[in-house]
Amino acid sequence: MSDIAERVKKIVIDHLGVDAEKVSEGASFIDDLGADSLDTVELVMAFEEEFGVEIPDDAADSILTVGDAVKFIEKAQA
Amino acid sequence: MGMRRVVITGTGMVSPLGCGTEASWSRLIAGGNAARRVTEFEVEDLPAKIACRIPFGDGSDGTYNADDWMEPKEQRKVDPFIVYAMAAADMALADAGWKPESDEDQVATGVLIGSGIGGLEGIVEGGYTLRDKGPRRLSPFFIPGRLINLASGQVSIRHKLRGPNHSVVTACSTGAHAIGDASRLIALGDADVMVAGGTESPICRISLAGFAACKALSTQHNDNPEKASRPYDADRDGFVMGEGAGIVILEELEHAKARGAKIYAEVVGYGLSGDAFHITAPSEDGDGAYRCMQMALKRAGLTAADIDYINAHGTSTMADTIELGAVERLVGDSASKISMSSTKSAIGHLLGAAGAVEAIFSALAIRDNIAPPTLNLDNPSVETKIDLVPHVAREREINVALSNSFGFGGTNASLVLRRYNGD
Repeated sequence: MSDIAERVKKIVIDHLGVDAEKVSEGASFIDDLGADSLDTVELVMAFEEEFGVEIPDDAADSILTVGDAVKFIEKAQA
Repeated sequence: MGMRRVVITGTGMVSPLGCGTEASWSRLIAGGNAARRVTEFEVEDLPAKIACRIPFGDGSDGTYNADDWMEPKEQRKVDPFIVYAMAAADMALADAGWKPESDEDQVATGVLIGSGIGGLEGIVEGGYTLRDKGPRRLSPFFIPGRLINLASGQVSIRHKLRGPNHSVVTACSTGAHAIGDASRLIALGDADVMVAGGTESPICRISLAGFAACKALSTQHNDNPEKASRPYDADRDGFVMGEGAGIVILEELEHAKARGAKIYAEVVGYGLSGDAFHITAPSEDGDGAYRCMQMALKRAGLTAADIDYINAHGTSTMADTIELGAVERLVGDSASKISMSSTKSAIGHLLGAAGAVEAIFSALAIRDNIAPPTLNLDNPSVETKIDLVPHVAREREINVALSNSFGFGGTNASLVLRRYNGD
């Protein structure tokens, strides 16, 4: 797993209080990890803070899984 | 439709003397004193450096461990006043043995929990975030974690209580108003059971600084915290801030009897009044307090001669004398048979939670026939025939108790509780 993926995973574990093994690349924040709509807003804020990127609202709406977040950040930092 | 009768069938408490009603009560009766110097944050530049903090610990031996009451990831989203309320509500519902599962029971059970100042510290931090990092860094939980009625909201969500969902904000009268208003909802048939009380987590720099700025706090006993809260004593100089939550389960009498619930006491009287005088000081003639107590007694169908114990508002400020004068006017010749104490001498002033915690102490005074003490009453500044229960608890017959709460803005609330004898 890439450095970005590891850091994303850690944020998800910390914020949602879920077990590490559940946080797979395809895991959906809402459907698989118990997040609600406010949790996802906070997760996006945490990604912005951690990686120094800006995630506009329309982009945030399409970040539904751990993998989506990793892909967006990799692209933003490329 | 006549007014239905309302009884207390459960209690829960997080107080500076302990996590749990019995832990707090037994320490209170034993003369425990929770005041200490604040060490959790910088107090050097504050005029008041002391407070009555709840006993943080691992949850054993009456200590409070927030993780026992809310998952850490959820705690992060709310102010501590909400966690205290969740803890006290869990305890109270368990104590009452009330766990509504049917549709009918869930919609018949409501919540009415208030707070005086809510998530003040979190609001300050949110302000810093907005100023220093901008609006995009403000958490989506900033608002729902600070709003006062979210204590009621969170409790209702956890326990699926779908009846009236309400809240009270009347400064230091909040807890008493919450219990009084919730009793009314049951009496009028809007609910059969109410989870009611007050919660407060005010011990932070802005609150200590703010209350000191309006000259409400004790500042002369910083080196001897246990001596600072001294209601009616000549050396009192302000209140000592406390924190915690008190929650009762209120229940319609027949509903409680039908399920064989334990009954602590009946809520027989409730009075409310306004001073219309000053933003922080009570009216000097004590008329607001007098009318409030009188209304509560009238509602109860009792007279002053029926009162055995009064849990005074008694904050350890100059206002103690005004309250005492109002009580003396109310009770007249019955003064010599009444015991009146201020439990704020032991736990400090819990602001919005005070009235609820003190109503529970009043119910326990009836249950156990014992008046808790007024600590530090070494040199009374007043002369009265009323027994102010100095230093040590007093065993005596208590069938009727009156609990007073008065708040900034001139808002007054009195509750009258009576022993329930099965009739």
